[in-house]
Amino acid sequence: MQEFRDIWVYLSTSPLLHLTLTLAAFVMASIVYRKAQMNPLLNPVLLSVIAIVVILNGTGTSYDTYFEGAQFVHFLLGPATVALAIPLFRQFDRVKKSALAILASVVSGSVTAATSAILIAWYLGATPVAIISLAPKSVTAPVAMGVSEQLGGLPSLTAVLVILTGITGAMLGPLVLNLLGVRDWSARGMAIGTASHGIGTARALQVNELAGAFSGLAMGLNALATAILLPLLWKLFF
Amino acid sequence: MLEYFTLILVCQLIGEFVVTTVDAPFPGPVVGMVLLFVFLLIKGSIPEQLGRVSAALLNNLSLLFVPAGVGVMVHFETLGTDIWPLSVALVVSTLITVAVTALVMVFLNKRIPNHGCREDRGDV
Repeated sequence: MQEFRDIWVYLSTSPLLHLTLTLAAFVMASIVYRKAQMNPLLNPVLLSVIAIVVILNGTGTSYDTYFEGAQFVHFLLGPATVALAIPLFRQFDRVKKSALAILASVVSGSVTAATSAILIAWYLGATPVAIISLAPKSVTAPVAMGVSEQLGGLPSLTAVLVILTGITGAMLGPLVLNLLGVRDWSARGMAIGTASHGIGTARALQVNELAGAFSGLAMGLNALATAILLPLLWKLFF
Repeated sequence: MLEYFTLILVCQLIGEFVVTTVDAPFPGPVVGMVLLFVFLLIKGSIPEQLGRVSAALLNNLSLLFVPAGVGVMVHFETLGTDIWPLSVALVVSTLITVAVTALVMVFLNKRIPNHGCREDRGDV
């Protein structure tokens, strides 16, 4: 028993354990997701996060210890974002034809995301700091945190809200699009990428490459649009 | 394969360098994406090995958000007393954004002819 304890103590401090936990949880979540014909409600990010949080809480493991292993996965987000250039290039002919529609929809999406979030949170009585931190929620985390800080919000709170927005958009966005009868893959991709950045784009790429290309493009353009427009909008409101 | 993974890292590195130097409101990897895209435009096609590296990264893009997602659950208490107004605003606003963006795109795509969009059943 003592020997087992020693092994556990050794393993729990090595990055291998939590890297394996991250991959194993995701592999299982993906099996469930695919069995359910990629039902957006069974989002694999959400399922694996819940499983991992339960295990971390159960074993009394801190996030810092967990992240020592998980950082290797987290690191690949940067290279994966760069790699979005490939689906974009494959679909470039289609993108060129819709250039004007793309710009208009990203700008309206960016303004809608910030304005509706600010108004609803304000109406429901959220504190001003919370409202500012929520405003850039649809944009990829590094940009959202920068904008939030610039306007006087809490970047750490913004990071949490950005991830939750990504999961929400990936889970419920497809249902909204079905309800509206939107069938054009380019419009579906634009909507998911604008509203829910990379997590939405991950979902779009799994379903259709054209949607994935538009979603990745929308994510990049919305980062730019929001970084420019949100500070202006904010001045208008307050 | 390794050379193209290196190319991706080089694009990201230049991106990070540019962003910090000019203090742009943009993440380095997005600038890296633009650089790789320009590389592809110049080259005119996607090298097979680059296609494989990108498929390896993008086929499991969801996985890469898991560590940050776990961080959310741990830092949930930062939501504090604002948890309800923030949750409601977040969900409703995200759904409105999806709807508005998609409808503007569909409307303009119909207005602007010559794009030949395929109308098939989507479930993204």
